[in-house]
Amino acid sequence: MDKIPILSMGEFLLVTIQVDMHDRLAMTLQDDLTSRISETGARGVLIDISSLEIVDSFIGRMLGNIAAMSRVLDAETVVVGMRPAVAITLVELGMSLAGVKTALNVDAGMELLQTSLGSDEEMNGSYV
Amino acid sequence: MAVTSSETIPVISESDVVSVRQRVREATSRLGFTLVDQTKMVTAASELARNTLIHGGGGAMDLIMLNGPRLGLRLVFADKGPGISDISLALRDGFTTGSGLGLGLGGAKRLVNDFQIDSKPGTGTKVTVTRWK
Repeated sequence: MDKIPILSMGEFLLVTIQVDMHDRLAMTLQDDLTSRISETGARGVLIDISSLEIVDSFIGRMLGNIAAMSRVLDAETVVVGMRPAVAITLVELGMSLAGVKTALNVDAGMELLQTSLGSDEEMNGSYV
Repeated sequence: MAVTSSETIPVISESDVVSVRQRVREATSRLGFTLVDQTKMVTAASELARNTLIHGGGGAMDLIMLNGPRLGLRLVFADKGPGISDISLALRDGFTTGSGLGLGLGGAKRLVNDFQIDSKPGTGTKVTVTRWK
């Protein structure tokens, strides 16, 4: 069966979705990512969806689930690269991806992850 | 209304939902839809194809290119599943009998220009959507 590769880079996991996913593949990605966060102790997950021509309610729900599950496992998720037409359609469909952090591109997404990780550490430091 | 072409695509597996998206994308592109309109129609088709598969137990989609007086694309999703007993409830956001978000039917309706649903319990469901250029 097809799988979407998950790359591990330092404290982060990186995923680039480059295929038109059928629903089972999306569910597999959700499960794989959750296991990998727990195995690697990753603090951040970056999901690049710039190749996706549509995000329907199923894929939108998967992105929301990944964000929620990773938060419970102490990792931040950022979804990057959403095409403008996809954003317009998604909102009209009735999904606002509440609870999912987004950034325009991979650079901005990495910066967001690093900043939120950095401020976490600062906060922990201030308690010492 | 002039029909330039019509084809039927089966919707009986998850990979058929992906094929539906690809065929609708090709058709909207051939009709010269804007990128946003293409994306809306493909997304609506994806939602409706999934409904046909999951709630209808599989069926088919007719893809009809309309040519005149207006250019448009019509999609007809038909299944012989259990049907819908309360259509207005099924169209309401957040209502679901499955495990989804309940945005499929109502969401798809918002993404097209014309939306018709014909369903009775025990006889299946037919959803017809049209988006004009």
